[in-house]
Amino acid sequence: MTSLPEPRRGPKKLGLVIDLDICVGCHACATACKEWNASGHMGPLSDFNPYGGEAWGVWFNRIHSFEEGEGEGARTIHFPKSCLHCEEPACVTVCPTGASYKRAEDGIVLVNEAICIGCKLCSWACPYGAREFDADEGVMKKCTLCIDRIYNENLAPEDRQPACVMVCPVNARHFGDLGDPRSSVSEIVARRGGGDLMPELGYKPVNKYLPPRLGRMSPSVADTVGATDADPMLPGERLLRWVDRLLSR
Amino acid sequence: MTVVEKLRDYFAPREIVDTSTKVSDEVKCTTCYMCACRCGIKVHLKDGGIRYIEGNRAHPVNRGVICGKGASGIMQQHSPAKLKKPLKRVGERGSGQFREIEWDEAITTAVEWLSAIRATDPKKLAFFTGRDQSQALTGYWAAQFGTPNFAAHGGFCSVNMAAAGMYTLGGSFWEFGEPDWERTRFFMMFGVAEDHDSNPIKIALSGLRGRGAKFVSVNPVRTGYSAIADEWIGIRPGTDGLFVLALIHELLKADRIDIEYLGRYTNAGWLVIQAPGASDDGLFARNEASEPLVLGPSGMLASGMVPGAAARLVGEAALADGRRAVPVFQLVAERYLDARYAPEAVAQTCGIPAKTIRRLAAEMAHAAFEEAIELAVPWTDWAGRRHESMRGRPVSLHAMRGISAHSNGFQTCRALHLLQILLGTIDVPGGWRYKSPHPKPAPPGPKPTGKPDQVAPGRSLPGIPLGYPLSPEDLLLEGDGRPLRIDKAFSWDAPIAAHGLMQMVITNAWKCDPYPIDTLFMYMTNMAWNSAMNTAGTMRMLSDKNPATGEYCIPRIIYSDAYYSEMVGYADLVLPDTTYLERWDCISLLDRPIGSPEGPADAIRQPIVAPDRDVRPFQDVLIELGARLGLPGFITPEGAPRYPGGYPDYIVNHERRPGIGPLAGWRGPEGESSGRGAPNPRQLERYIANGCFWRHELPEDQLYFKHANKGYLETAVRMGFIDAPDPIVLQLYLEPLHRFRLAAQGHGSVQPPESHRERIVTYFDPLPCWHMPFEEARIDRGTFPLHAVTQRPMQMYHSWHSQNAWLRQILGRNRLFVNRTIGRALGLDEEDWVWLSSHHGRIRVPTKLMDGVNPDTVWTWNGIGKRVGAWNLDPDSPEFREGFLLNHVISELLPPDGGYSHANADPITGQAAWYDLRVRIDRVTPDEKRTTFPSFEMLDRPASLGRPAAILRYFAGRNPSGRSP
Repeated sequence: MTSLPEPRRGPKKLGLVIDLDICVGCHACATACKEWNASGHMGPLSDFNPYGGEAWGVWFNRIHSFEEGEGEGARTIHFPKSCLHCEEPACVTVCPTGASYKRAEDGIVLVNEAICIGCKLCSWACPYGAREFDADEGVMKKCTLCIDRIYNENLAPEDRQPACVMVCPVNARHFGDLGDPRSSVSEIVARRGGGDLMPELGYKPVNKYLPPRLGRMSPSVADTVGATDADPMLPGERLLRWVDRLLSR
Repeated sequence: MTVVEKLRDYFAPREIVDTSTKVSDEVKCTTCYMCACRCGIKVHLKDGGIRYIEGNRAHPVNRGVICGKGASGIMQQHSPAKLKKPLKRVGERGSGQFREIEWDEAITTAVEWLSAIRATDPKKLAFFTGRDQSQALTGYWAAQFGTPNFAAHGGFCSVNMAAAGMYTLGGSFWEFGEPDWERTRFFMMFGVAEDHDSNPIKIALSGLRGRGAKFVSVNPVRTGYSAIADEWIGIRPGTDGLFVLALIHELLKADRIDIEYLGRYTNAGWLVIQAPGASDDGLFARNEASEPLVLGPSGMLASGMVPGAAARLVGEAALADGRRAVPVFQLVAERYLDARYAPEAVAQTCGIPAKTIRRLAAEMAHAAFEEAIELAVPWTDWAGRRHESMRGRPVSLHAMRGISAHSNGFQTCRALHLLQILLGTIDVPGGWRYKSPHPKPAPPGPKPTGKPDQVAPGRSLPGIPLGYPLSPEDLLLEGDGRPLRIDKAFSWDAPIAAHGLMQMVITNAWKCDPYPIDTLFMYMTNMAWNSAMNTAGTMRMLSDKNPATGEYCIPRIIYSDAYYSEMVGYADLVLPDTTYLERWDCISLLDRPIGSPEGPADAIRQPIVAPDRDVRPFQDVLIELGARLGLPGFITPEGAPRYPGGYPDYIVNHERRPGIGPLAGWRGPEGESSGRGAPNPRQLERYIANGCFWRHELPEDQLYFKHANKGYLETAVRMGFIDAPDPIVLQLYLEPLHRFRLAAQGHGSVQPPESHRERIVTYFDPLPCWHMPFEEARIDRGTFPLHAVTQRPMQMYHSWHSQNAWLRQILGRNRLFVNRTIGRALGLDEEDWVWLSSHHGRIRVPTKLMDGVNPDTVWTWNGIGKRVGAWNLDPDSPEFREGFLLNHVISELLPPDGGYSHANADPITGQAAWYDLRVRIDRVTPDEKRTTFPSFEMLDRPASLGRPAAILRYFAGRNPSGRSP
């Protein structure tokens, strides 16, 4: 075969919207993801040397914390990162066995473990480092967007969301159809100026990030409460203001 | 389908994904215990394993969310550090050499030791518990045993916050109160708060940002919550009180305070006697009925308790005996209008520009007065007066350990509350609200128990050891004035030590100061490691022997823990506890409640899985010990065990007072009453059916002004929270503190030793004051130019989570974070190694430069470093080589002052002053090792712990041990 097939695409683009304005870096989404998926569709998520040096495991969602900017404008950013379910997924294109695929019906990128040969080409191709190799099972694993939750009829409708979205204490994670411009996730992206991670690379990630907002400095308020210390009133004189004031119990 | 696609499907068949897998066989509710937040959780069980733990949407604390710790509960249940059987020490203390014994032998041994103590001198048992949530039981057990030497961990945690709040307004931050998250417009958070209150604050901050309220974080370090604040104030540690008093200065100067609120709800008008040298100077002027007096508009004196009584804010009153008295408000105004609290005067000390302080005061005032809230909810006040609406000032504060862990923490916390009270924000819409069952009366009750005549062989104490002293007469002192308690709580060292001084127990017991003890009995507190100041010294004291006798200086140590923590290695007898998923518990209104402003609440834990090893819940063991020792509260009149069913039996059937028990919900024979009612044999079933919690929802007209709201106060009396529906008057001026000061000035029969007089006079200021933290004041600031503090990672709780396979991957090593400018000046690379020294010692630690930290401050994460061998971690674990504790350089004692070494603590409460630490850092030389120092001898591990799996393949129900199938 000299020409690779185009990934199947449909109008539906399920994905996440992650709000960098309110993420406090608590790691709830990371461990809830680990917990659900350990016994989930791609489980187990093996951990190596879990009680020793250089413990390292398979995580579908990791949080990176860093500082950005200098001086007054500097911020500490907590940046959760998982598979972005790209519209042009290089990981799918490069897979030699077709194990890596993008679902036509909802756009979720998955790995078919049965035919994954663990060659890791996909992890080299993914610019976001979102692939997780399970050396114990010899296969590549990744975020499934909790495919065993979001359609699961054994769960109450309100629980049919990815574990990371369900758990987030600050509501910084949203799940929905980014292919539908009227969906709540599309609406929040539009309203908050959400964008792609590294759009210049051209992989068209479905997941979107909402940027941090500037701090509110209450510009409508004056710089001081009123009187200043340059005010000639002495402390004793200031007391006089209250001489005729009465307290009423 | 194209040919290419068909070919592809042939060679690479499409995956069949089962999108509707069975999630669980059973779902059980309980209460999380991965930290102290106490969120409701739902545990999904499948194929005999734990499939998934999620938050309970209906639960009042977490409303469905869960944090990074809570979602890692499976790995806590499968920790390889779980103890498996009772242990008896066979090697030297600290070696970790044990013999496994049967429970019979363990209980018999404990009973033998404890009964001998009770029969001779009960105070020779020191019973101290840690982060447990059963202090209502453990305190009761100590009282029944007859020892005053009981406390939980509050002395090294947050007693400053609790005590300052309780004395000032009958509530406090976190468990007893919180901002009106839905309505506040300006919210200021002080210091480390990430673990108290974990999820509720996260939920709330998200809401604040969503609706555009302003969030200011005052913290030397910009991580966690500070990272999403609208404004980060990188204050210099230990100066928050001064900063707050400068805000108060600004507000007073501009008359931006709520006079009406002060009149109705505070002691602002009460008259303070001005008679220097007299024994009642500085006390409230009172009438014959002991009611405080106010100065009426015409100059007449009147009772301050009469509804509607008008009182002057400032002015001079002549008392009946001709002496002067002035209103509290006048003292407040005179004090804080002084130029020493002007923004310019404090700016350099606090590390905050004066113009920033001014603007923040202006923003607060703007929110309070220009954005005032009016809820159209009629309510009736304590005096029966109907109000057509509830007016609120939407400004609120939150603080926890960052304020608490300084030697000026009590007064700083008082300053925070003073600021809120002056703005009229206590329990109003948008302000700071009490969490029912609070408020309690301010100043609070009861008083501590354990005076010399209350402690006797074979006798129980007439009350609970811990309490709230209101005057020197309430202290627990021997006849000669020496401390009566081993931790010196309620002595002149720490008169208002409402939570005891856990951090001083081992030092004092080792020194036999004030007396030797026989047995140290501890539960769930890692005092041989991260819970101790002077960790290496504490380890030495625990294992030190009297050279004359060859016996240990602390003769016996009994310890209960679920895991192989560092402290286990020092016990003579180890009672292995269960995990939180294997036990009953109650989160009781008698203890540390989970109520909210919308109503009181309590909760239980129920066993979700059965223990797979020979362990017992500590509370069951304690109840059995109580019965075997014949403690009156734990046996029937016939001498049989009163609670043969263990802790669940006690939870249901114990009554502290008639009708009042550990759980408030579904009381009465049919479960028909709340708060008060006879024990209900089916109470636990009712809790389980309701998701393991109970909550009473207050009606709309009781949601605010709880301190003065007739409807609420009557509800609180009915439910047994308070004794009478009297209004709770907010205490700007704290008379009980002044009573101690008068004693130190020579008045009264209970006198402090000469060495303590000046200290008491200085710090027992009835109005909030600020003083330089003790360590900073004592050491040479040129030699130790930097502050050092810890922050709380949101995904780790103290030492617990290094045994958690998932959490330790996130944080298995810590760094000392150094301000980039300071670090560069010291020649540090982006990542480097330094010696960090204090007046007490030095440690070698890895560093990292960062920008978001106060330039005079270095910091690290709390509780990451471990002792090699503990927690059943492999010796090559990063926690040992690259993890470290600041504890090693923090002394539990201050340098001697006039021959006496005071505790490194707040002088009022005895709260451990962890964050007063001052240090210097010096880059290591090229030939020095790049591993953390000190390191300790490897702790042996009991054989039964076994070697942990090299690969963990957790999959619910498949291979829980993680070993290869």
